[in-house]
This record gives sequence, structure tokens and C-alpha cells, in this order.
Amino acid sequence: MPLVKDGKIAADLFVHVFDGAELPGDGAILVPAARFLEDPQALLARAGKLGVIWPNNRDIDDLVPYLDRLAAVALVFPSFRDGRAYSQARLLRERYGFEGELRATGQVLRDQFVFMLRAGFDAFEVKKDSDAAAFAATTKRYSVFYQPTGDGRVTALNRRMQLRHSESAGQ
Amino acid sequence: MYAYDELDRTLINERVSEFRDQVKRRLSGELTEDEFKMLRLQNGVYLQLHAYMFRVAIPYGTLSSKQLRTLAHVARRYDRGYGHFTTRQNIQYNWIKLSELPDALADLAEVGIHAMQTSGNNMRNVTSDQWAGVAPGEIEDPRIWSEILRQHTTLHPEFSFLPRKFKIAITASDHDRAAIKIHDIGLRLYRNAEGETGFEVLVGGGLGRTPFIAKTIKPFVSRRDILSYVEAILRVYNQYGRRDNIYKARIKILVHELGIEKFAAEVEEEWEHIRDSALTLEDSVIEEIRSRFSYPAYDKLPHMPEELKKTAHDPHFEAWRRNSVFTHKVQGYSIVTLSLKPVGGPPGDATADQMDAVADLADKYSFGEIRVGHEQNLVLPHVAKRDLPALWKALDKIGLATPNINLVSDIIACPGLDYCSLANARSIPIAQELTRRFANHETANMIGRLHINISGCINACGHHHVGHIGILGVEKNGEEFYQITIGGRADENAQMGTLIGPAVPYGDVADVIEDIVEAYLALRARPDELFVDTVKRLGVEPFRERVYATR
Repeated sequence: MPLVKDGKIAADLFVHVFDGAELPGDGAILVPAARFLEDPQALLARAGKLGVIWPNNRDIDDLVPYLDRLAAVALVFPSFRDGRAYSQARLLRERYGFEGELRATGQVLRDQFVFMLRAGFDAFEVKKDSDAAAFAATTKRYSVFYQPTGDGRVTALNRRMQLRHSESAGQ
Repeated sequence: MYAYDELDRTLINERVSEFRDQVKRRLSGELTEDEFKMLRLQNGVYLQLHAYMFRVAIPYGTLSSKQLRTLAHVARRYDRGYGHFTTRQNIQYNWIKLSELPDALADLAEVGIHAMQTSGNNMRNVTSDQWAGVAPGEIEDPRIWSEILRQHTTLHPEFSFLPRKFKIAITASDHDRAAIKIHDIGLRLYRNAEGETGFEVLVGGGLGRTPFIAKTIKPFVSRRDILSYVEAILRVYNQYGRRDNIYKARIKILVHELGIEKFAAEVEEEWEHIRDSALTLEDSVIEEIRSRFSYPAYDKLPHMPEELKKTAHDPHFEAWRRNSVFTHKVQGYSIVTLSLKPVGGPPGDATADQMDAVADLADKYSFGEIRVGHEQNLVLPHVAKRDLPALWKALDKIGLATPNINLVSDIIACPGLDYCSLANARSIPIAQELTRRFANHETANMIGRLHINISGCINACGHHHVGHIGILGVEKNGEEFYQITIGGRADENAQMGTLIGPAVPYGDVADVIEDIVEAYLALRARPDELFVDTVKRLGVEPFRERVYATR
């Protein structure tokens, strides 16, 4: 499954460590939420970057105390119909100021890329190679955005207001 | 009319190009039908019994003549020469080819029409009063707010994959023509005691399998805060709405299961975080949207022009005028409703030729503007009274002057088993038969206001729960049966109808409805006591007796 990071197909530096599997001595790891919450301090004390895979039906409030020490949070789309992780992503970025890698996992298809970028994701475990290859083209598809989110894109309303100001300044 | 600017146009074109690519990937097999299903639903494309059905949005029910001509063009070029206006200010085409859909969308985009989010589990077309901007006594034009919400909900990055569909309706009048109490969010614009304009926010209304009337979640939300408040409701719903069972996934179930107080508290907590954010609507921003709505330059016209006096002796004209012409906020003008419920016709259907003709009449008599109401009729919102006789003649010629607005044959019906893959029973032939039974205008007029709503299945697209008489098609041992409810209403006093007894077979429905109407005529206290008021006064029992005594 290809990883797209910062807009390009990239090597995944994180190793997924599943429940019960042995921890590697060092290197970046992604662990499931339940395993992380069993002993967060031990995992955070370990050498190497730590990321947590957070399910979409658990309040992110439980993760918030650790955010500044996490290198990555992976949110889950069990199906692309299930949009709960969009809300979690916006809360992590916009309310709790999480600046690490925010990764979309699960059924991630090209038709969700723009929504995901706007919600604050910057890494994508893409289901299909063809979708990963089309990432750059797909995310350039839209140039107009109506909603203000934390991604910094200027909204249509803001562009109109700027236009109004520049028009009235020019008079 | 709202005039799209370059940004609105660009976004619609970008959406068309994205959909064209999605269709291409489906046709090439790169996308599975399951993957494509979600994508086509996001753009109004259903797979029905016979073909793909294509639903196009008419935001807040406002159309220009140019837009209506394009809807006619799509009916002619890509479909079978007609379209069906729905109860949510959309138009549906029933015979569209998948491979031609992108071209149809591109044609529509040229006049600023789209099909974004007309189906799927997202925020649907924001609907409003079809008399917005012309109704006497309105607080202000609710379409400004519908447009603000239309933009905000279009391709929303957080709420495009909700547990289930989500519908918002807005009214700014005391009399609710937008049926806000049966929407996921209903917004009632009003002025509070301090003179500030804002919204009563209702939540959790809806019909379907588990019908609920919406409850007030907040009695007053300032207009500057309305986007952040709606966003807070959506965020709570997106996270906590049920996704385990499609029949329990609407917000009404979440509101019901949590209770309105608990749900309101959750929303309030979320709202506290975002109420002072980029979502706040400053006055300048509201003005920016308002400035793109243009209004007709009305003439100073007499209340009672000569042309009207001269035609008053024609009983057919008078019957139509009394029935289909309504008071406009500007003297000398009228609001005219065009019945899409001819005797024997499928409710809400219009041919391409009719659409073109209405567009021409709108140019001639209504400043080029047309409205579409949830009752599945069209409206010319700005007709000078002196033009009424000429307009009537022209409408009569194209079959759009049936004087049955709000009467027993002004039936709301879903497409039913004739088209829909979800339906258990037919709706259209029931409606057609009823319009024949009540074809006599004098009789219908004597009966007075009576709304019949027909749904071909429990999903309730025909809003049967809130019909004065509701007819619900069900299937029993492979046969079509119909449950009859009475006493429902969809207005500001919205309530669900009550079942009168066991379901009746297809062939009996029209007789049963006639019995109910006859019972009403015998029972009503005065000629002006409406059917729904008689039911309220007496309950369903006398109607039940009448219907089942001989069955």
C-alpha cells in the first residue's frame, strides 16, 4: 500500500506494530490506541518516533494529553463512507494544535484526497497504486473552497471581500 | 435571483470535470460499482428500476427563465422529454444514460445549475419558501441565508460522509411553506424582543420509517452565529450519529435517543469552541451575499386594474384567479401558482415544451423568474395583476391552469413503483385516479383545502405522514396495500397523521378517500372548517367508522 506524504509517494518510515507483537528496539513505530494507552509512558520513553493509530469511535480527548510528544497520529476510515475521522482530524489540527504527521488509513481513495487535505491530513496510506500516482493531479482539481478550515486555503467569501476592498481602494 | 460569480462558476465546472473523470473510471472498470455508487450518489445519480435517475438541485426553489430552458433542454436531449419536480426543490430525470451524464451536467453548469449533493449521505439542497422575497409580512428574504448555507454545505470537507442524508430548510414567514419541522435542521428567521434578527433552530425532524417532528434546540441564534451553530450540530452528529443501522442513522434518532436536552448540551459545548471563529458572519459578509440577489424594478400599479375588472365575468378565469393567484407584497402584483397536477396526470411532472413555455411566460410576465415549491408546483412570483387574464389564457393552452392549488387533487406523490427500486407499491396511478374522482372544480372547491400525500413505501418521499390525508403503499403477500392516515400537517403546526385502520387493497383506495371526504362534508361544523380541523376536533373515530362499516 503506497504512502503519500507531503504530496509525493514516499517510503514509510513508521513500522506498524500490532497488538501483542514485539516492539522493535528503535526506529519509528505506529501502535494501536489500546496498546498505547496500556502504558503510554513506556512507549513515549522509547528511542525512536512514536505514532498512534486512533480509532474513529473513540473520543480524541483521551489522546490529547500526549499530543506534543507524538510524531504521528493515524486516523481510520474503515470505509470511505464513514466520515468520523474528518471531524477528529480537524479537532486535532484546529483545536489542539497537533503539528505532527496526520495520517489517513483504511479505505483511502483519490476521491477523498481534497476533503482530507482540507481537514488537516498530510499523509495518506492509499489503497490503490493508481490513486497514489494521481495524488498531485487530483488535489489540483479544485481551486475554489467555500468553507474556512485550518488548512489555510482562502475561502471564496474571503476572496470576494478582498476583491471588494481592492475595488473600493482603487476608487 | 442570485447571480453566480466567477468563483461559484469555477467550482461547479471543477465538480463537473471531477465527475466526468469518475464516470470514465467506472466505464473503464477502474472503479467497482460499489466504489462508484458513493461517488455518483454525491452527484445525484441513482440506479432505479429501469435506468439511472438523475436529480438536479434547484436551490431554494429559484430559477431564471434561462435555467428553466436548460432544464427543458436536458429533458429533451438526454431524457424522454419530461422531468419530475420533487418535494425538495429538485428536478428528476428518469431515463438518463450514464455515459451522457457528464455532458448533461456540463450543459447545466453553463447556467449555474448543479446536482451536487442531491443524494448521498451529505448535506442536501437547502430548501426554502417558494414565496421568499415576495410574501407579504416576511421578516426578510430567507434565500440570502439559504445561499449562505448552500455555499457552506457544498463539498464540505468534514461533513460529506455523514451517517445519513441531512436536510436543511428555512422560512422567514409566520406561515411555514418550507415544512421546516420535518427537516433535520429547520431554521425560522424572526425578530426577537430586542429587535435583533436571528433564527429559531429546530433539529431532528424527519419522516421515513420513524417519523419525528423537529424540536427546538435553541430558541434564538443570532444571524452572525448561525453558521457556527449549524457546524456544531453537524460535528456532534458526524461523530455520534449511528452508523451501525441505516434505519437509525438520521439525526432524529440521535436526538431521540439522547433526548433533546442532552443533545442540545453537546451542541452547546461544541459551539462554545467555535462560535468566535472564521465562521462568524460579519454584517459585511452577509451584505456581500445579499448584494448578489437582484430584485425586479416593480412599477407603481393600481390595486385593481381595468384588465382584471373586464375579465371578472369569465367564471373560468375567476375560478383560476381565486384559486391560484396570491397576494404579493407589492401592490398591483400577484404571486401565481402553476398547477403541475392536471386531471389524470402524474403529480409534479412537466414536459420540456411546458418548461420552455413557462420560461417564455416568465420573461413576459414575471421578470424572468420562476419558483418551485415543495408541493411540486411551479410559481411565477412577480406577475402584474393587469397581466393575469393574458397569463391565464397562455397557461390554459399549455395545460398549466388547473385551478386546484391546495385542493384535494393537488396531490403530493413520490414516483412509486412505476420508477423507484425502493417502492412497495405504485403512487402515481393512485394520484391519477383521485384527480379524476375529484375533477369537478365546484366539488373540490366546496371541499376546500385538503392535502393528500402519497408515498409508495415507508421511506416517505411523498410525505404521507404529514398529509391531511396520507396514503402509504405497503406490500402484503405480493400485493399492493395502502395504509391511510388522517390529520397530518406539514406547516407551522406540523404533526403526524393518525392511522384510521387496516390497510386497504389498491382497487379500494379511491373509494376510501371518497368516503373520508364525504364523512368530512357531513361532519364539518361550518363550510369553512377545514378537513384537518374537523379531524382535530373529532378525532379519527367517525372517519374510521365510515370507512370500515361496510368493508
